Amino acid sequence: MDHPLLVSYLRWIVLFPLLGAVVNGVFGAKIQERFGKNGISIVACAAVGLAFIFALRAFFQLTGVAPEERYLLDTLLRWIHIGSLQVDIAFAVDPLSAMMILIVTGIGGLIHLYSIGYMHDDEAYWRFFAYLNLFTAAMLTLVLADNLVLMFVGWEGVGLCSYGLIGFWYKEHANTTAGNKAFIVNRIGDAGFTLGIFIIFWSLFEAGHGTTAVFRDLSQLIHHLEGQLVWGIPAATLAALCLFVGAAGKSAQIPLYVWLPDAMAGPTPVSALIHAATMVTAGVYMMARMHFLFSMSPVALGVVATVGALTALVAATIGLAQFDIKKVLAYSTVSQLGYMVLGVGVGAYGAAVFHLMTHAFFKACLFLGSGSVIHAMGDEQDMRKMGGLREKMPITFWTFLISTIAIAGIPPLAGFFSKDEILWLTFSGGHPLLWLIGFAAAGMTAFYMFRQIFMVFFGENRADEHTKEHLHESPPVMTYPLIVLAVGALFAGFLGVPPALGGSNILEHWLEPVFAGGHGGGHTAHHHVEVIEYVLMAASVGIAAVGIFLAYLIYYRRSVSADTFTAVGGGVPYQAVFNKYYIDELYHATAVRGTLAVSWLCSVFDRNVIDFIVNNVAKVTGVIGWAVGRFDHYIIDGLVNGLADVTFGIGNRLRQIQTGNLSIYLYVIVGAIAVSQFLPRVGADILFPVVIVFLSLVIVVGIALWLSTRRIQWRLMLTKEGVSELR
Amino acid sequence: MDGLLLDIGLRHFLFVSLAVFVLGLYCVLTRKNAIGILLGVELILNSANINYIAFSHFSSGNYDGQVFAIFVIMLAAAEAVIGLAIVLGIYQNFSSIDIEAVDSLQG
Repeated sequence: MDHPLLVSYLRWIVLFPLLGAVVNGVFGAKIQERFGKNGISIVACAAVGLAFIFALRAFFQLTGVAPEERYLLDTLLRWIHIGSLQVDIAFAVDPLSAMMILIVTGIGGLIHLYSIGYMHDDEAYWRFFAYLNLFTAAMLTLVLADNLVLMFVGWEGVGLCSYGLIGFWYKEHANTTAGNKAFIVNRIGDAGFTLGIFIIFWSLFEAGHGTTAVFRDLSQLIHHLEGQLVWGIPAATLAALCLFVGAAGKSAQIPLYVWLPDAMAGPTPVSALIHAATMVTAGVYMMARMHFLFSMSPVALGVVATVGALTALVAATIGLAQFDIKKVLAYSTVSQLGYMVLGVGVGAYGAAVFHLMTHAFFKACLFLGSGSVIHAMGDEQDMRKMGGLREKMPITFWTFLISTIAIAGIPPLAGFFSKDEILWLTFSGGHPLLWLIGFAAAGMTAFYMFRQIFMVFFGENRADEHTKEHLHESPPVMTYPLIVLAVGALFAGFLGVPPALGGSNILEHWLEPVFAGGHGGGHTAHHHVEVIEYVLMAASVGIAAVGIFLAYLIYYRRSVSADTFTAVGGGVPYQAVFNKYYIDELYHATAVRGTLAVSWLCSVFDRNVIDFIVNNVAKVTGVIGWAVGRFDHYIIDGLVNGLADVTFGIGNRLRQIQTGNLSIYLYVIVGAIAVSQFLPRVGADILFPVVIVFLSLVIVVGIALWLSTRRIQWRLMLTKEGVSELR
Repeated sequence: MDGLLLDIGLRHFLFVSLAVFVLGLYCVLTRKNAIGILLGVELILNSANINYIAFSHFSSGNYDGQVFAIFVIMLAAAEAVIGLAIVLGIYQNFSSIDIEAVDSLQG
């Protein structure tokens, strides 16, 4: 671990999709015009494909070295170097991020392929693929970042792309509103994330061992946070909780999950890629990445686990009563993310990441399958108008069914192993209550997923005739990704078969170098088989079976009416669930209304107080300016002009002495000579007063003469016309 | 010779010189005609000459004053030439040599 393997190809994993985004984003319209839509999709898919190849290369290089040395580093650019804080644009691959980049580029690539078919009739084809590539680049930056700051860059990047893609069909106001909602709710989480980063920087600095943002160094230095207090709260707890706020925003946990169901406004491949398989798992990934911090704070872990379990349950209950095919999947995603967060909260990071991976397969498959259905139904999303699609769309049906079984937790499909591992580690970690919550949610999951299967694929088709005629299986470019993902949903679970079932939990061992540091990651190390583990497994399968059977009775056999359940308690619980616990209304009444009220108050304050002050200051300034202007005009200019006027007046009169008349000159000369003959004899005592009196007389006479002339006369001398007028 | 000249001393010459100077000054001050003024100037110069020669003759015994008188005559000639040229120029500009009319420097 001390000596990372320095490589220089990791950057291409990020740069290829980025390049694809730039090409399609800048030249997309031209390419689409010139080469058709195939040109766009070739660029986009090639970008992701190349990234996938490099991701594979990284993966295989990792497998080729000893587990302790599995760390590749590619420093692209120096970025922020301040004191002991050194942040570079550097990409790192360890077992955890290797798995993530394979998911992002692999499943992302399949969804790119699927989008070729799904988005085929859309005019803004190029914009869609540019966003999709940009998202892939941002997600890979998030995953590959070797430090918190660069991770945050990717974090914001995926949020931005998510916003752009939710509101992709921006002509409908509801879609843009949903995009705004996602963006704003995520901002709350991002604020927590940044605060967490700052607290880590600050507290580490305070601890006096230098600060850092690089994950590897953080894992070494983080123990210095022990005993550090921020506002009387242990720094590690506060930092972990702040990071968790960020994770709750991105991974749609209570209370910030509200944006995810609305995010279904985006095109279905987007829902599959961003809002199921990759972006929403970023919070879980981040917490797994920072596991050493979370492991330091039992309080934070407790909060995380509780929130995760509650989210799993609440979202599952809402999912029971939804009729929109994508909304069911959305709440299911929130619920499954709750499981992952629960896993992190009980210190089972490996299990959480395992569930993240299996979920990526079956939830992507489910979303793409629902997209296939929606496509065939002519953009109809209400399950009450579907039914009987089994024969019309066999590939979609079978892949959907496999993924549904996987998510319901029926062995030996993927969901069983990963979900059960989380539940078992919750129970064995000493949280029986949280286990019970997760257990209940598992039963509900099985119920609402099979309810969906029965409503969509079985029974009579309830669509109108026109839609029925156009029912068809989707083209191969859409069904092949479904098949690949279904295969993944079938077999991904075998990567994590627990020892209790005779497996060796390959994934857990693979991730061991990453989580070895934290005490929570040590679960598998001293894992020993207990009888109760089998009991719990059986119980999970049992409740899933009960859920499925109930769905079968109600929605297939119709031997039990759904009304029996909706009427429980006078229908109040059903109404609450159907209306999503009125959470949106609650937020609207409190947060949105509150913000608007505050903004209204601010605007009133602004208009009546700030503007009043500003306007009056302006008025006073105007008056002062006017007074100064008058002073300037009359006093300053008056002095200057007056001086000029006096000079002019004197000069104007004195010039008249210069008659040009020679005789007068001569008389003066002779007279002066004559007088000069007498003056020396008179003496200085008399001479000076005489001279002074003479000069005084000249000045007094001059002023008198000036007063008698027009004041502005001298100004005429400034122009040629004025001079001739004077003459 | 002595008998004839006994009556005439320095004082007589100075009176003549004063008379000529005052006449010249009067001429210069009163004449409106530019040429008349030039004539007055000549009288003033010649009164100075008389003074030079008189003082030279009755005091020093050398010829300094007479040499100066020659200079002044020469200067007077030059002055007359330039003065007449100016008067001609004035006449061309103002069609008059009346100095009362000539009170502008602008051409």
